[in-house]
Amino acid sequence: MNGSGGSATERGFSASAVPAGARGASGPALELRGIEKRFGTVYANRAISMVVERGSVHGLIGENGAGKSTLMNIVYGFQSADAGEILVNGRAVVIGAPEAAIAAGIGMVHQHFMLVETFTAVENAVLGVEGGLQLAGGLARARRELARLAGEYGLEVPLATPVAELTVGLRQRVEILKALYRRADILILDEPTAVLTPGEATALFGILRRLRSEGKAVILVTHKLREIMAITDRVTVMRQGAIVGEFVTRETSVGALAEKMMGRAVGGPLEKPPVQPGGTRLAVRDLEVRDGQGVVRVRRVSFDLRAGEIVGLAGVSGNGQTELLGALAGMLAPSKGTISLGGRELVAAKVGPRERRRLGLAHVPEDRLGMGVVAGFSAAANAILGYHDRPRYTRGPLLRMAVIREECIQKMAVHDVRPAAPDLRITAFSGGNQQKLVLAREMDGEPSVLLVGQPTRGVDIGAIEFIHRRLVALRDAGKAILVVSVELEEILGLADRILVMNGGEIVGEVARGEATEAQLGLWMAGVSGEGRG
Amino acid sequence: METYTLIILLLAATLRVATPLLLAALGGMFSERAGVIDLGLEGKLLGAAFASAAVSAVTGSAWLGLGAGILTAVGLALIIGFACITHRGNQVVAGMAITLMVGGLGPTLGLAWFNLGGQTPQLDGAGQRFTALVWPWAQTAREHPWPGLLYAELLSGQNLLVYVAALLVPVSGWILAQTRFGLRLRAVGENPHAVETAGISVTWLRYRALMISGVLCGVAGTYLATAASAGFVRDMTAGKGYLALAALIFGQWRPWPTLGACLLFAFTDALATRCQGVALPLVGVMPVQFILALPYALTVVLLAGLAGKTLAPRALGIPYAKDK
Repeated sequence: MNGSGGSATERGFSASAVPAGARGASGPALELRGIEKRFGTVYANRAISMVVERGSVHGLIGENGAGKSTLMNIVYGFQSADAGEILVNGRAVVIGAPEAAIAAGIGMVHQHFMLVETFTAVENAVLGVEGGLQLAGGLARARRELARLAGEYGLEVPLATPVAELTVGLRQRVEILKALYRRADILILDEPTAVLTPGEATALFGILRRLRSEGKAVILVTHKLREIMAITDRVTVMRQGAIVGEFVTRETSVGALAEKMMGRAVGGPLEKPPVQPGGTRLAVRDLEVRDGQGVVRVRRVSFDLRAGEIVGLAGVSGNGQTELLGALAGMLAPSKGTISLGGRELVAAKVGPRERRRLGLAHVPEDRLGMGVVAGFSAAANAILGYHDRPRYTRGPLLRMAVIREECIQKMAVHDVRPAAPDLRITAFSGGNQQKLVLAREMDGEPSVLLVGQPTRGVDIGAIEFIHRRLVALRDAGKAILVVSVELEEILGLADRILVMNGGEIVGEVARGEATEAQLGLWMAGVSGEGRG
Repeated sequence: METYTLIILLLAATLRVATPLLLAALGGMFSERAGVIDLGLEGKLLGAAFASAAVSAVTGSAWLGLGAGILTAVGLALIIGFACITHRGNQVVAGMAITLMVGGLGPTLGLAWFNLGGQTPQLDGAGQRFTALVWPWAQTAREHPWPGLLYAELLSGQNLLVYVAALLVPVSGWILAQTRFGLRLRAVGENPHAVETAGISVTWLRYRALMISGVLCGVAGTYLATAASAGFVRDMTAGKGYLALAALIFGQWRPWPTLGACLLFAFTDALATRCQGVALPLVGVMPVQFILALPYALTVVLLAGLAGKTLAPRALGIPYAKDK
């Protein structure tokens, strides 16, 4: 667990992986000794010591808020540690800014890419290392060097196209190329697969293996345990700012890692009674939605949502799910098609979001902080948002705050929202507790149809379980539920029927039992299979 | 030939009106391409106009006036920088605040120092103003109106600052497109997080951009007070800073299109001045107020036509905070 001072054999590594790119020094590629970081009285990182060897992929896992990002930001110089030492190739380095990290051979691929979208891959790569006051020479050098690196590591990208026109997978390659161009020997990837299709993720792992065989040290920060098992050599588990376990990957298991990560045994797979769908609650026919620029975002979408079933809508982010959800909730006006809720047509009749609520359509928006809650409001105020005009909350133009508070406390008890403090600002709650409160609010009106966008985005594992169980319970109570998620695992775990969206269309439909991840991945990537039966 | 002379004179007036607009717009371009909204243009122009006129009046040197104008505008830019970059303040508010402050401060100091009702003394001594540089044979060329008049009135006979402004268009284009500083400047206006990640200081980069804007506004303000007129008068910029900002937006934050926009605005301005009291076909004599409003009306129409099509730097107006 404490890597400092341990010999190479103790760490379970062969010293044979001689780095091609290492700078002729001894010691591990990266070693952290006693890193501490405090925000106020809370420790984000506490006594963190770990060792990352050359020629290895090292996993770093932990729940949201476990301190992984803080630790990596310290290593990359975005934040400075209160105490502790960083050693690169056995030599102590002071990393006060990203500049120093780059100089020490550390590169980072952030979850939200750090690319200038109007620039080409070449321009992005030279930014900060232009090699002179004028650009021409540096750009030409970079073009040659990037072409070489791309060939060497299988990172082919169009070099002369603005990054904005590249797919997410290609942008990630640009980020990796950028780091390699800066001669990084230690590469940190923060949640790299969050935005990728399964196919793209497999390709990324291929690249990581290539990097490993070239002697680079790769740190993979993720919360996806299966990725850890698939690619890493060693794995460090963090919880509440401290390291709680370190394993050689092939000697551990998903279950053991999850238990370490959460500090308790995991509930196991979601238990669901067999689905018994009833009548159609929501029927969508031939729906087309355009965005503000007139671009078609959703086309020819038709499906039914029946009582007592969960339909999962899978797809890579940005393939029209957001717009579809917006149109169903009444926030966007479709340009074509019909939506009927319990037999009543909504589109032509121009039924707005508020009226749809009254008709029994509840909506948990994807963008929780942007649309689900008002960030500056208290939990109690947020718990009635959109339902604030109910007679029991009002007296004339005034709100009955006592009633609202009382009801909020009840909701918090039923939905396990912690802390049970109705007057606390909503942003002071964790993502999971915010989401539980939003869900509680939307369920309160006894809707017949529930639309849920990204139910567990930014939610920790404990709360994920709770929310999933809650959704299944609602299904069993006869609600019709549409879950839109970019997490394929979530869709596979929750849904009774799965729809896949790509390029604004529904390109595949499959019952839960017959769904394979491979087939869903192909659909998500836009590779057409047999499509919908 | 009468029409020809008229057109030449109109174009010459256009160049003179366009110069301060162009200088300010190019200054604004550096600031905004770095992601900082430059609503302080008007204030920096006015501040520089006052400082240059005052110093030139006291010292008798237009060059010292220029230096004072530049120093003042850079100083004002640094105040904006301190508020918006260091303390992540609202850029619109800071720019407006500077403009309002200077609008009152100039005349107040003027009153205290010169006791002329808020103006600066008339600049009529030798060397107190930037005057027209007459090129060789300009007088001779006039005798052959085509192309002599073109040479004498357009190429020759402008003051130094006009030529400087013209030269700055290709120079700015080159800086933006071909230099390391330009690449970083464009990057920081699009995605400052990428710049920080690349190991470059966002703060220092943006301060430098604001200082360049200050220098160019300093030249523009000096032009207004010591070249286009002979001294500082209260509110003498009359919205030219905002017009420059409009030209910058209309020019899509690019030097050559911005030059085009400045020339267009200046041309309507020159035309409006010419049209005062002139009977036009069909409509007769237009009221002066209507004619003077034309350039501003044009601005509104042009910018409205651009709605939704702008290629503004993506991070424009967003204070940069490391931890996002």
